[in-house]
Amino acid sequence: MDKVLIKMMQNDKETIYKVSSKQTLLAALYEIKETQNASLTFNAGCRASVCGTCAMRVNGREVLACAYKPKEGDFIEPLAYHTKVRDLKVDKRTTLDTLVKAKAWLHHYNETTQLTPKDEYLTERQSDCIMCESCYSACPVFAVNSNFIGPFALTRAYRYVEDRREKSTTYIIDAIQNNGVWDCTLCGECTIACPKGIDPKNDIVMLRTKSVQQGYSDPNFSFGFGTPDFGRDFGFDPSTG
Amino acid sequence: MLDVLVIGSGGAGLSAALAAKEAGAEHIAIASKFPPMQTQTTMAQGGMNAALGNLEKDHIALHIDDTLKAGRGLCDEEMVRLMCSEAPQSVAWLEKLGVPFSRIKTTENEALSTIAQRYLGGASVKRACYAQDYTGLKILHTLYDQTRKYNIIYLYEYFLLDLIVEDGYVRGVLFWDIAHGEVRTVIAKSVILATGGFGAMYHNHTTNMYGTSGDGIAAAFRAGAMISDMEFVQFHPTGLYGSNILISESARGEGGYLVDQKGERFVDELAPRDVVVHAIYEQMNKGNRIYLDLRHLGKEKLESLLPQELALIRLHENIDPVFEPIPIKPVVHYTMGGIDIDKTMEIPTIKGCFAVGECANSKVHGANRLGGNSLLEIIAFGRIVGENATNYTHYVREKSIDKDYAQRAKDDIDNIFVDVHKPSFYSLRQKLGECLYQNVGIIRDEFNLQQALQEVTLLQASLSKYGIGDSEFKHNQALTEYLELRNMLMLAPAFISAALVRQESRGAHYRKDYPKMNDKAFLKHIRLHYQGEMYG
Repeated sequence: MDKVLIKMMQNDKETIYKVSSKQTLLAALYEIKETQNASLTFNAGCRASVCGTCAMRVNGREVLACAYKPKEGDFIEPLAYHTKVRDLKVDKRTTLDTLVKAKAWLHHYNETTQLTPKDEYLTERQSDCIMCESCYSACPVFAVNSNFIGPFALTRAYRYVEDRREKSTTYIIDAIQNNGVWDCTLCGECTIACPKGIDPKNDIVMLRTKSVQQGYSDPNFSFGFGTPDFGRDFGFDPSTG
Repeated sequence: MLDVLVIGSGGAGLSAALAAKEAGAEHIAIASKFPPMQTQTTMAQGGMNAALGNLEKDHIALHIDDTLKAGRGLCDEEMVRLMCSEAPQSVAWLEKLGVPFSRIKTTENEALSTIAQRYLGGASVKRACYAQDYTGLKILHTLYDQTRKYNIIYLYEYFLLDLIVEDGYVRGVLFWDIAHGEVRTVIAKSVILATGGFGAMYHNHTTNMYGTSGDGIAAAFRAGAMISDMEFVQFHPTGLYGSNILISESARGEGGYLVDQKGERFVDELAPRDVVVHAIYEQMNKGNRIYLDLRHLGKEKLESLLPQELALIRLHENIDPVFEPIPIKPVVHYTMGGIDIDKTMEIPTIKGCFAVGECANSKVHGANRLGGNSLLEIIAFGRIVGENATNYTHYVREKSIDKDYAQRAKDDIDNIFVDVHKPSFYSLRQKLGECLYQNVGIIRDEFNLQQALQEVTLLQASLSKYGIGDSEFKHNQALTEYLELRNMLMLAPAFISAALVRQESRGAHYRKDYPKMNDKAFLKHIRLHYQGEMYG
């Protein structure tokens, strides 16, 4: 079997393990836990890329451990911008609360709406989200604004805004103005990170349009800094911090 | 004091919590050992049965009929009637919450009539409502969003240790708080167990998550509940040999062959699931390796028809199904048995404690579950149990718990930490899975079952000789997995005994030594009662 060395931080020390390159990273982590070091801590569930639990970072990029094959010298880390609790495990409570900030749910069901296949496609991609939070970990805005609602919650918000069964989208649009759609720098890292091919960046652009339609405007314009400069240099706008 | 405490954050638990809210319960909490949404429900793809008749003429009576037939005489007809007649309302309820069901064009002017339906095995018409290929995921996530809307409390990463039962009434629950590494006592007027099945017992031979370890069933069993129909474990014919990932029936539906190592076909690939499973198992027992062969379909056809499957096979088995046959084996994917409940879904011996979903035996599946009925069960019965549990709370006086149950639970956990560096317990998990798959698998007989019973009893007895290998109290994943294994080892002898007692073949339970169905002796449920130590 082809063995490769992978590295990770454990108890603040860099630790190296030898694992098979033919199995998935998740299988490798279990092999380590079962035969080498039982204290290695990570989150895992379905092994089939639907439960969204085993997202982590390899060489600075988000992957689902159950869908990634380890390579020589890989550096494994927990998701960024989450509260790291132990080894590769993070606490998702704070991040899940962004869904509450965005009020991302169906507010008032419209009894008379009759959906068509076309309506289904409007939210199909967004509702494919498995809540792995890779997009959140990849989003550079969190480096400067930890209160940002963030990509998956905004995608979820958009999924309900686009749902024709929703009587009024006002609640959601109102909820995503502060620390929401305008704080995004449209750098697109979330879109690259998503293992399910969802495009939060585009969803955020769409939500901006919806916001304008509801009478909101880009607060960045009103500061008098001239043309807002998104995405410069580091992929985020330092002035928003 | 909580009104309703739900344990388990899958489809059954979330439906129950929302229904409790609708029924007027104020203080509701959902406890689960994993973060919410990390549940087996996400993996359900096929669909959810409801006789809407949107694509073909259908009737609730037909749905009832199909379900009873699949259950091979072991269904409770009244419960099946209840579930099937609740089905259209359950879909309507999900529709109102915002589940993105797949749609068809229609001229009728009513929302439900545009929901698309597909055919699943054993159904006489197209009856399963679905949301593309992610039915379970999308239902679960929509339910989760609603629980946040209504501010339902989440007890995050709480591992169920034991139910606190006094004089036959549930008083509360003991949990291991994984994040803080402490025992917690939660007092509630009523408790709903929605903790899922025990498929993970077949470690390395199941499509289930690692955590599907029957914790709720074990806790209820210890607290005096009966468990029933445990011998019925459903297998799926085509799991990937190395990784147990499920390859959907569509691969055979599109014309894939099942062959042995010589490339010879041995069964009609489109025969009913149990027939195919038995044929594969017979071959494997002869020492043959079984493959799913898709090569003759051609690259182009495969890429367009089964893109998801191709990706999974390439990733997990390191082979390209365009050029090589795929090694497969039948794997466990659903457990029909569980906590015995009455028609209100309450556990008869533990007042105020209810059970729903795969952990419960509501007797709607009997000896063999019909595809599309598991999602239906968790939603339809989840709603009912939430209401029933809420109604029950009106008759409960506020009462504190006198004894310090937590101390006993804490001592128990401390004991595990005494010598963590004994040999790793993980080898036992492997052995348990191997033992069950070989001896309590698709084809069983007296000899094998006795052997398995002996082996799991030994494993159970030897557990204390093994350590968890991790001395931290907080976020101790090894401890969680150890407790899971302990629960599985507690349930295993019970469920093997049930398989021993049922000396006949029925549905998912096949006895080589008793190959015929024997209605005269076995048209009944095998109920088991735990006589070990319990709190009180």
